[in-house]
Amino acid sequence: MSLQGKVALVTGASRGIGAAIADTLAAAGAKVIGTATSESGAAAIGERLAQWGGVGMVLNVGEEGAIDALIDTIGKEHGDVAILVNNAGITRDGLLMRMKDEDWDAIMDTNLKSVFKASKAVLRSMMKARVGRIINIASVVGVMGNAGQTNYAAAKAGIIGFTKSMAREVGSRGITVNCVAPGFIDTDMTRALPEAQREMLVGQIALGRLGDAQDIADAVLFLASDKAAYITGQTLHVNGGMLMP
Amino acid sequence: MENIEARVKKIVAEQLGVNEAEVKIDSSFVDDLGADSLDTVELVMALEEEFECEIPDEEAEKITTVQQAVDYVTAHLNK
Repeated sequence: MSLQGKVALVTGASRGIGAAIADTLAAAGAKVIGTATSESGAAAIGERLAQWGGVGMVLNVGEEGAIDALIDTIGKEHGDVAILVNNAGITRDGLLMRMKDEDWDAIMDTNLKSVFKASKAVLRSMMKARVGRIINIASVVGVMGNAGQTNYAAAKAGIIGFTKSMAREVGSRGITVNCVAPGFIDTDMTRALPEAQREMLVGQIALGRLGDAQDIADAVLFLASDKAAYITGQTLHVNGGMLMP
Repeated sequence: MENIEARVKKIVAEQLGVNEAEVKIDSSFVDDLGADSLDTVELVMALEEEFECEIPDEEAEKITTVQQAVDYVTAHLNK
């Protein structure tokens, strides 16, 4: 699946799933711009992607005007974004009884509003090009729920609804919009969970193991490729059979 | 310079995929020329490019006919 000559933007590409996605798209021939929240993070991404001609850039998705400015810069320096992967995300877990407004707002801004902002920013050039790929990283939690993650689950479910609506809006222009919903993937985010909870979660996975970031990246590569031209508005569940919606 | 009305009509015809002869000065994009809401957004984008201006969203919403587009462009090009 070649992405030769296409410009791909992957948000949150420093580590975990985002890093695997950025590397995989770059290895498939795309010119990948990976973003991080810090200068040093962007530099590290740049070093990693350099072998494929990719670059790292700073993006703080919560910062006013930052996404529009980034898309503008990319357009001038590298060409219009053909593939957008909205991956950047954070967690602020806690029981609802104890959840602060700040915890809710931070998740909504970083995990959901950023998807709206970035998707809108790339849309103009994609509409003109009559082709485009937007892939949003949702989560199994947005479909099945998870105690302690009301904010995160709400944002991820929001992404899925956003994806379906946007897919209907822009389908006539050849732009596809899909989600990949990772299950329990071995990353820093899930390594932070207590051992007992990890074991309990693995017990619910049909394949009996955690997923790898590469499993998600491969699904994203497929949706970004020409092979997935007739797939839109869908949520591709990559969870080892943890949930079969 | 080609006059504004002719340039607007040409863009409308191109964007909406209709014959230029069908585009009258009083044609409504949606009612007469079969545009949907996304077409009208794209049309405004094309006008912005042709006339090298930026049309704010609240102004763009009011442009629903060829005449309104010509009026808007005329008013803003002379500034």
